[in-house]
Amino acid sequence: MYDQSVVTVLLVWPLLAAGALWLVPERLAKHVALAAATIEFAISIPLWWRFVPAGGMQFEVVRPWVASWGISYHVGVDGISLFMVLLTTFLVPLSVLGSYHYITRRERAFYAHLLVLTTGMVGVFVALDLFLFYVMWEVMLIPMYFIIGIWGGERRLYAAIKFFIYTMFGSLLMLVAILGLYFTAAAKTGVHSFDYDFLLANVGALGTAGWWFFGAFFLAFAIKVPMFPFHTWLPDAHVEAPTAGSVILAAVLLKMGTYGFLRFALPFFPDVALHPTVQAGIVVLSLVGIVYGGLVAMVQPDVKKLVAYSSVSHLGFVMLGIWALTLQSVQGALLVMINHGLSTGALFFLVGMLYERRHSRLIEAYGGIARVVPLFATVLTIVSLSSIGLPGTNGFVGEFLVLIGVFRTYPVAAGIATTGVIVAAAYLLWALQRVIFNRLDKAENEKLPDLSLREFVVLVPILAAIFWIGLYPKPILSRMEPAAQQLIDRVQPAPSPSAASTAGR
Amino acid sequence: MTLDLSTTRDLLLGLLPEIALTGWALVLLVVVAWRHKTAGDLRLAGWLTLAGFAGTGVAVWWLWWTMARTAGIAPMVAVDDFRYVADWLFLGAAGLTVLFSFDYLEREQLLAPEYYLLLVFATLGMMLMAGGGDLIVIFLGLELMSVAVYVLAGIDRKRAKAAEAALKYFLLGAFASAFLLYGIALVYGATGTTNLALIGIQVASLGLQSNLLLLLGLGLLLVGFGFKVAAVPFHMWAPDVYDGAPTPVTGFMATAVKAAGFAALARVLVVSFSGIVAWPSIVVGLSFVTMIAGNLVALAQRSLKRMLAYSSVAHAGYILVAVSVGNAQGTAALLFYLVAYGFTSLAAFALLAAKGRGGESDVQIDDLAGLAATRPWLAFALAVCMLSLLGFPGTAGFIGKWYILAAAVAGGKGWLAALLVLTSVISAGYYLPVIMAMYMKSAPFADAHAGMRFGRLGRVALAVCVAAVLYYGIRPNRLLALTEGSAATLAPGMGAAPLSSGN
Repeated sequence: MYDQSVVTVLLVWPLLAAGALWLVPERLAKHVALAAATIEFAISIPLWWRFVPAGGMQFEVVRPWVASWGISYHVGVDGISLFMVLLTTFLVPLSVLGSYHYITRRERAFYAHLLVLTTGMVGVFVALDLFLFYVMWEVMLIPMYFIIGIWGGERRLYAAIKFFIYTMFGSLLMLVAILGLYFTAAAKTGVHSFDYDFLLANVGALGTAGWWFFGAFFLAFAIKVPMFPFHTWLPDAHVEAPTAGSVILAAVLLKMGTYGFLRFALPFFPDVALHPTVQAGIVVLSLVGIVYGGLVAMVQPDVKKLVAYSSVSHLGFVMLGIWALTLQSVQGALLVMINHGLSTGALFFLVGMLYERRHSRLIEAYGGIARVVPLFATVLTIVSLSSIGLPGTNGFVGEFLVLIGVFRTYPVAAGIATTGVIVAAAYLLWALQRVIFNRLDKAENEKLPDLSLREFVVLVPILAAIFWIGLYPKPILSRMEPAAQQLIDRVQPAPSPSAASTAGR
Repeated sequence: MTLDLSTTRDLLLGLLPEIALTGWALVLLVVVAWRHKTAGDLRLAGWLTLAGFAGTGVAVWWLWWTMARTAGIAPMVAVDDFRYVADWLFLGAAGLTVLFSFDYLEREQLLAPEYYLLLVFATLGMMLMAGGGDLIVIFLGLELMSVAVYVLAGIDRKRAKAAEAALKYFLLGAFASAFLLYGIALVYGATGTTNLALIGIQVASLGLQSNLLLLLGLGLLLVGFGFKVAAVPFHMWAPDVYDGAPTPVTGFMATAVKAAGFAALARVLVVSFSGIVAWPSIVVGLSFVTMIAGNLVALAQRSLKRMLAYSSVAHAGYILVAVSVGNAQGTAALLFYLVAYGFTSLAAFALLAAKGRGGESDVQIDDLAGLAATRPWLAFALAVCMLSLLGFPGTAGFIGKWYILAAAVAGGKGWLAALLVLTSVISAGYYLPVIMAMYMKSAPFADAHAGMRFGRLGRVALAVCVAAVLYYGIRPNRLLALTEGSAATLAPGMGAAPLSSGN
């Protein structure tokens, strides 16, 4: 019963809740939204135990939707999507709670958009029909567009349209590529279907068309990740979005890009993805992203922009880990995806809390506030250290695994990526120093209130997760291992001639 | 039911919808001549028109239900599902236009019941265009439609802009008709017939694939139809005419008139010229420039009406992609897109009509600022329309675009599909600002939208349109089956297919 309906309930419940928001008075909207999001999380929790690591795709549902075109409502969860779904449902209630004071006008609409967004995000991660995937991928644009555009900062209109058009540009080309796959498989088998498993099994060798299709998928996902040089929408969108928007954007939306690579771009086009030129290009772009993102973050005067650019750097690690295609590196990449969601999400929450107090995000507006707001300073320090990758926190485990895994395939790249970790320490610690340490030299900062109970409640679950993953990641790693191994086996044929020749040399 | 169109009885049955509407038009003519003074008379004419459209729709439904087909080659009029579905499209668009016009005509003091009569005649012309089995019938239908629409464009004769629109439309339309007629003459010269199916057979049996006379005739036909559907470079009239005409008429022109042009074009190309390899590349070229130019120029517009006018040119480009595929799938995609675009566009123009005064050409996109705060439902409706025009998932516009893309990719035109999606990214640059203005900007003064009024009928029609856009965006199954089935009946008359498969 639970296994067959959980995914559908996870998709439908937020929509129902969003509708229900219009039936309650405006001032109650946030409480209803919080309750709904918490219930959504509660529904998703048993996934953790019901999930069988070696069981492949689980909780599957297949129902025909547009039968004449072979479109079905096919959803399911495996070791890759499980954590993305849980991360999403975990962060949404926190985002709602974190917006209690930040959002003061049109609250009902705001929370409705947030809930619809939840459906879109979960939908992207569970969709196993390429049509459904595309629909979810695009549908989640609309609520995010409104969240940035209505409740965002000063340049919100510019940021919203830039976000929308960038994403749409990539995804529309992906649409053509999806159709290409569909007709290729149809020509080979005579069956028209958008089903993921069917297409994966029947597309076969694509030749030159495969390059075009891969290019289209690559563009869609690379913009979303975002990889250097497709990242220019990200600072604008992150900075202008309200706190909850930034948190969701960083923690979940960016992961859709890397998830897309894992789920679609690699398994469908192994020949192209493993072509030496493509591999080299992506590894180089990832490295540029890691180092460049870190260096640009270092010179930002705006804390929020600093965190935004640090995302470019972190996601570079994920891409590197995926493309190194070793078990450690892929698991590490998956873990960095989760960690970045937790750490960067928490950083955006903290920056938002600062902004609510002082209405400034400039680093130079602060200084020495550790004495005024000790609790806030403690949490910020812990979260920053986890983002840097201090041993004992989640950040360490993920990046360490990626670096080990990458070292086996690309030793030089691993070396360069390590400098990214150092740069991360530099920009975050330096910013930390300027914000909470140094001298308390601004009169406005002397009366800042410390974390309220509500804010504390938002942050504690994230802190708990940070330490849990940092100290005992085994349950997570063991759940994702079979899926990661399966992906590697599918992409890299086991008796790989290139591997043999490398070993012979 | 098989009809033998050489007998009078079957001919009457086959033409039942057209005959019914013509008869009703004559009745309406008398009524209008007798009562044409007050607003009440205007409403009476409107209701009678609606009744006429409904009755005709039922007649079309009867033919569809009995699966009426001709035996052998269709003579003057084609009897197939393609015609029926196209007829429903025209009747539906015209009916919605009537519903949207009730308030508009009274508000703008256009107390001319002839307005409705002209709508009926235009619709009749469209039905003949989509159902013509002979180039002459198609031409007659086109002229009947065009003359009625020339007058409709200038029905607000007190306004100079409307008069300018009507004159411009008339002069350029006459040119286009001349091209079309000359093309028909050349095709007749090359093949010795104007019957669509026979032309196809002659082309195959006489080996006319590269006959200069025939190709020249085909080229002139394309120019003529290109004018009617406002394809670049024959679109010059469209923005000014769309801008100057009363807004419900503009909606009618952008949906029904354009749909009629496309239906006739698809029939002529598929039935008569499927043996000629040259035309798909010409249509591809047309769609190429139409998509690019239409979208780029629409991007530069600040007036909502002109933006919608240019965007309609861009949509003609998308539809031409479906035409260029040239098979049943392309034709089905064309029909589906026309339906989806029809609902969306009619609703968008109706909302514009409610917002503006005196022709609405002065409504800027930014004048919609803050609409969502005061009129949430109207803002929602317009936002749905914009997303559907953009081709966003969850709306009928998306399924339509998806269908065209699928037809193009299946027809080996993947690069054209890629161009289609790239140009629709451009269109986000002019559709999104509308949503942005409504939802993300605040109204310049407190009751900026107080004058935006919808009568009860208009509201019903608007709700129908928006509901259809959303419904077909999520459950397109029925409409897909209908368009697919009807496109399959549009058999090419080329030698490859057995000549008398109907027997």
